[in-house]
Amino acid sequence: MKAFTYERASTVEAAAKAAASVQGARFIAGGTNLLDLMKLQIETPTHLIDVNHLGLDRIEKTANGGLKIGALVRNTDLAADKSVRQDYAVLSRALLAGASGQLRNKATTGGNLLQRTRCPYFYDTRMPCNKRKAGSGCGAMQGMSRSLAILGVSDACIAQHPSDMAVAMRLLDAQVDTMGADGAARAIPIADFHLLPGDTPHRESALKPGEIITSVTLPKPVGGAHVYRKVRDRASYAFALVSVAAVFGKDGGARFAFGGIGAKPWRVEAADDAAKSGAKAVAEAALAGARTTHHNDFKKTLVERTLASLYRQQEARA
Amino acid sequence: MSSNHLTRRGLLQGSAALAAASPVVAQAAAIPKRNGGSAMIPVELTVNGREVHLQLDPRTSLLDTLREHLHLTGTKKGCDHGQCGACTVIVEGRRINSCLTLAVMHDGERVTTIEGLGTPDKLHPMQKAFIVHDGYQCGYCTPGQICSAVAVLDEIKAGIPSHATAELDDVAFSDAELRERMSGNICRCAAYPNIIAAMRDAAGEKVA
Repeated sequence: MKAFTYERASTVEAAAKAAASVQGARFIAGGTNLLDLMKLQIETPTHLIDVNHLGLDRIEKTANGGLKIGALVRNTDLAADKSVRQDYAVLSRALLAGASGQLRNKATTGGNLLQRTRCPYFYDTRMPCNKRKAGSGCGAMQGMSRSLAILGVSDACIAQHPSDMAVAMRLLDAQVDTMGADGAARAIPIADFHLLPGDTPHRESALKPGEIITSVTLPKPVGGAHVYRKVRDRASYAFALVSVAAVFGKDGGARFAFGGIGAKPWRVEAADDAAKSGAKAVAEAALAGARTTHHNDFKKTLVERTLASLYRQQEARA
Repeated sequence: MSSNHLTRRGLLQGSAALAAASPVVAQAAAIPKRNGGSAMIPVELTVNGREVHLQLDPRTSLLDTLREHLHLTGTKKGCDHGQCGACTVIVEGRRINSCLTLAVMHDGERVTTIEGLGTPDKLHPMQKAFIVHDGYQCGYCTPGQICSAVAVLDEIKAGIPSHATAELDDVAFSDAELRERMSGNICRCAAYPNIIAAMRDAAGEKVA
C-alpha cells in the first residue's frame, strides 16, 4: 500500500473542504472496497479523510412520507431497519443478497453507491484497463467477459456495476443528497448519479471534486410485492450474473430494475410499460440495445428466465 | 521431541518479531510528513478488555495491529482482501474483517479476538462446541469461524434478517440461517457440517 496521510473529519463542511484542497485525497467510510483496492495499488490516495464520525448514521421519515437514509448507515442496519423492512422490502432484500455479514456490518450506504467494478481486468494491474488507467485499452473485450455488462457499454469499457443495493435504490427512484466543497447542498436523481462509460470510463459518478454524499432519500413507498432475485455462481457471497429488483402491483402492473448486466444500475421505463404482457416482453424492452460478447451472451436468456420465474412466483402467491 | 526444543510456534514468533521490527523502521523514514506533523498516529484500543496505546503508520490494518504489534496471533491472515473471513474479529459488538479496516479508524473502540473469548482453561461455549463437534481440521480458519459464529447467534437473537430469512420480520434459528450467515468464512478443509453442528449446540438448539 502506498503511503498516505490521515485525518478524522468532524463536520461535513470540513470534510468536503479538505477533500477539495488536497490533491489525491479520498474519503474513507467503511473502507471495504477502498482498502482492498489500495492494497492492490489500484487506488493510491495521498490523503484519507475519515468520515465515520460525521453523525450521518440516522434513518428518518421525511415530511412527504419518504425516508432519508444517512450516508453512513451501515448495510446491516439499513436492511434491518423497521421502516425499510415494512415499506421498502426490496431494498432490504437487495442488501441482504450482497457481500457477507462481516462486510455488511462495515459497508455504508454512500460507499455502496460508489463501489467500483469487479471486472477482473480492472483488478489485474498487469492488464490494460481504460477505467483504471485512461487510454490504456481494455483487456476484457477479447478476454474472459462472462461476468461483464451487456447494457450501457462502450468501445472503451464493458465493466459491470457490482452493487445490489443501488439496483433497489434505482427501482425506488432514490435521490442522492450531497454537499459540495463550497458548502452548497444538491440533490442528484439516482438515474443521473452513475455515469455510463462512453470514452471516459474512469469517470463513474456525477460527484464533483470534494463533493460528499450526505444521505439518500427515498420517495414515499411503492405499494405491492417487493422482490429481489439474484442469480449467481454460488448460493451466497458472490456477485450477480443477473439480478432483478421488482415491485408487482395488484393491478398486474410492475416496475423493474436490473443488476449484473449494466454499466450502471439498469432501469428502462419501456420495460415497466410491458409488465402486463409478461416476462418475454419485459425482457425484450429491458434488453433493447444490448451488446454482448461470446462469453456473456447467455445473460439475455438469463434475464428472461429470471423474470419468468418471478412472474410464476407472483401467480402462485395470487 | 529433540533436546533443543525447536517448536513451530517459537520459530514463527522469532520471525514475526523480526518482520515486525525491520519494516516499521524502514517505513517511518519513507513516509512523507504533512504540515510538519509526524506520520505515525497515536491509537488507543481496548483489546480483550485491556487498554493498549500504540503509535501506528496509518496504513496498518487492524489485523496487522493485532498480530504484529500486540502479538495476538490467534486472528489469522488468509487472503487479506476480505474474501475468506479468517481475520474476523468483533469490534464494538459487531463482527468485521480486520484485514479491511485501518486501526486508526478504530481509535477508542473495543475489540474482541479469539484470545478474548476464552482460554484453554476456561473455554467459551462456542470454542467448546467446536472441539466436541470436530468443527475444524487444519484449524487455520477456526478463530475467524468462532468469532463469526458467536456474533451470528447474537444477530439472530437481535432479529437481524438475512438472505435466508423467509419473512423479514420473523427471524428464527435454522440451519439455513446459519449457513447463509457464515458464508463469509471459508474453510479449505470443508468442516462446514460440523461447524453448523457446533453452532446449534452452542445456541442450545437440538443437534440434528
